[in-house]
Amino acid sequence: MFIMNIDELRRKAYQLRIDIIEMIYNANSGHPGGSLSAIDIMTVLYYKIMKHSPKEPNMPDRDRFILSKGHASPALYAVLADMGYFPKEELKNFRKANSMLQGHPSYLKTPGVEDSTGSLGQGLSFACGVAIAAKIDRRDYNVYCMIGDGESEEGQIWEAAMNGARHNLDNLCVILDYNHLQIDGNIYDIKRPQPFAEKWLSFGWDVMEIDGHDFNEIIEAFETFKSVKGKPSLIIAHTIKGKGVSFMENQADWHGKAPDKKQRDQAVEELKRYV
Amino acid sequence: MSELYSLRKIYGETLVKIADKYPEIVVLDADLAKSTKTQLFAQKYPNRFFDMGIAEADMVATAAGLASCGKIPYVSSFAMFATGKCWEQVRNTIAYSKFNVKIVATHACLSVGEDGASHQACEDVAVMNVIPNMNIIVPSDDVSTRFFTEEIAKIKGPFYMRLPRSETERIYSDNKKFVFGKEEVLRDGGNVTIFSMGLMTGIAIKAADKLRKNGIKVNVVDILTVKPIDKDTIIEFLKKSGKAVVCEEHEINGGITSIISTIASMNYPSKLRSVSITDKFGQSGDWKELFSIYGLTEDNIIKNVMELEND
Ligand SMILES: Cc1ncc(C[n+]2csc(CCOP(=O)(O)OP(=O)(O)O)c2C)c(N)n1
Ligand SMILES: [Mg+2]
Repeated sequence: MFIMNIDELRRKAYQLRIDIIEMIYNANSGHPGGSLSAIDIMTVLYYKIMKHSPKEPNMPDRDRFILSKGHASPALYAVLADMGYFPKEELKNFRKANSMLQGHPSYLKTPGVEDSTGSLGQGLSFACGVAIAAKIDRRDYNVYCMIGDGESEEGQIWEAAMNGARHNLDNLCVILDYNHLQIDGNIYDIKRPQPFAEKWLSFGWDVMEIDGHDFNEIIEAFETFKSVKGKPSLIIAHTIKGKGVSFMENQADWHGKAPDKKQRDQAVEELKRYV
Repeated sequence: MSELYSLRKIYGETLVKIADKYPEIVVLDADLAKSTKTQLFAQKYPNRFFDMGIAEADMVATAAGLASCGKIPYVSSFAMFATGKCWEQVRNTIAYSKFNVKIVATHACLSVGEDGASHQACEDVAVMNVIPNMNIIVPSDDVSTRFFTEEIAKIKGPFYMRLPRSETERIYSDNKKFVFGKEEVLRDGGNVTIFSMGLMTGIAIKAADKLRKNGIKVNVVDILTVKPIDKDTIIEFLKKSGKAVVCEEHEINGGITSIISTIASMNYPSKLRSVSITDKFGQSGDWKELFSIYGLTEDNIIKNVMELEND
């Protein structure tokens, strides 16, 4: 289940990208752009970094991953299914009536989902709560939380940022999926949440910047996080929205749109080359 | 005049009293600990208390995270902010996942008094009631407040408990045991029923007793559990009397008048009247004066009962 080798991790991530495309194609709805920008990081977390057990999803000492940008659920479901949290056939039911795989993550419906997200801005507060609980109980699990760059326009993100530093949550690592795009366009043109590094540093966080598609850099950042004491960490992951599918890359239009048959075929064709 | 009790003080004291019995309890507040009285807990258990600052949305979502790890978070602020500032966080991050978070809000509605409309949530019960999985308790005196502060720790799931700012008289005997989901019958044997909630119950009893002295028997049912509401008792009393006055320090739209009207119209159509706030914001003033301006009085209850009685 766990993968140590970088080439294998990369191949796994491309295999999962195919699952993401198939799920969204099959559902004829969903969010490919932000799933494809996030999947490399999530692959590293689940296959290499986090301590967790699909057979025992409620293991008290498990590391937690909280997908605050819940619309990237296809990426999360692809990982959880591949790891065996639930049967892979379930991916076919993504976004269908009575399915365990809701459009956005649902805590009560899907094994392995830690928090019901989808309404942006709330997952980081939740993650702080989980990290505080670890401190109270003197447990040594880590909490990983992925937020969007557009999501960072929500005020609650910054409320939580204050809280994380206030409580010295060095068991909390936030990954910012810095793909520059939100639904209506470029984040710089819309609300301008940048500069990120300066803001988070001034909020009292440890800040790293990496290429969010470079597996060596991703792994190294998580290793660094584990050595930072006394404050929470933010990894600014420079990513490409739609990464891996040529016609989806850097296109705001592919934020929340399903590919048609031809587009799906082309996407899978392109992705297969890296598997 | 009998002794007055501050229900929020009872809440704070009870938290301290039960803290050792329930080591999973943690308490969160949003810079109002002195007013909500969670400060009493904070002083005694500083490591289990988190002042989240003026950030209610962050507070309730953090509480959900704590609950996901087995904690029993009690979350306090004024009713206005605990339900209004973060309604969607309560819905999506707490209730949708059924996390075991207890929102105990003080300073509900007109009881706030001088701070005025910006601080007077007269629609808090309505907005919590529409959230699936949410449970709602509205204590009416110190005894019910003490009981339910502990009781909700024993029952898994999200709770909203509403407390006033102002003080009120005791209604129940000291060691009274209540049942979550069961309304309390305080007066029986009459031709008209008063259903009342929170501070209005004390006022309703006075109205009922005055009426009784004048030969008019009135039932009083205290709606302590607003959600899930005790339909059986409500229908039983509608059948007994066929006429009811619903009294609430709350907006008529979405409050217990609305809830009981729905039950009545679907089960036993009855003549109903309401003593409540009718599509209005509150305002500044002494809370008793405000109750009088908005018609939340003994006299108004009596008037409504008499009109039904003579109908
Ligand atoms: C509170 C809230 N407002 C609006 C939306 C609708 N919405 C879904 S995704 C999205 C854009 C998110 O952009 P970003 O955080 O940058 O995500 P990514 O680019 O990684 O997909 C919006 C506005 C939402 N889900 N939640
Ligand atoms: Mg983005």
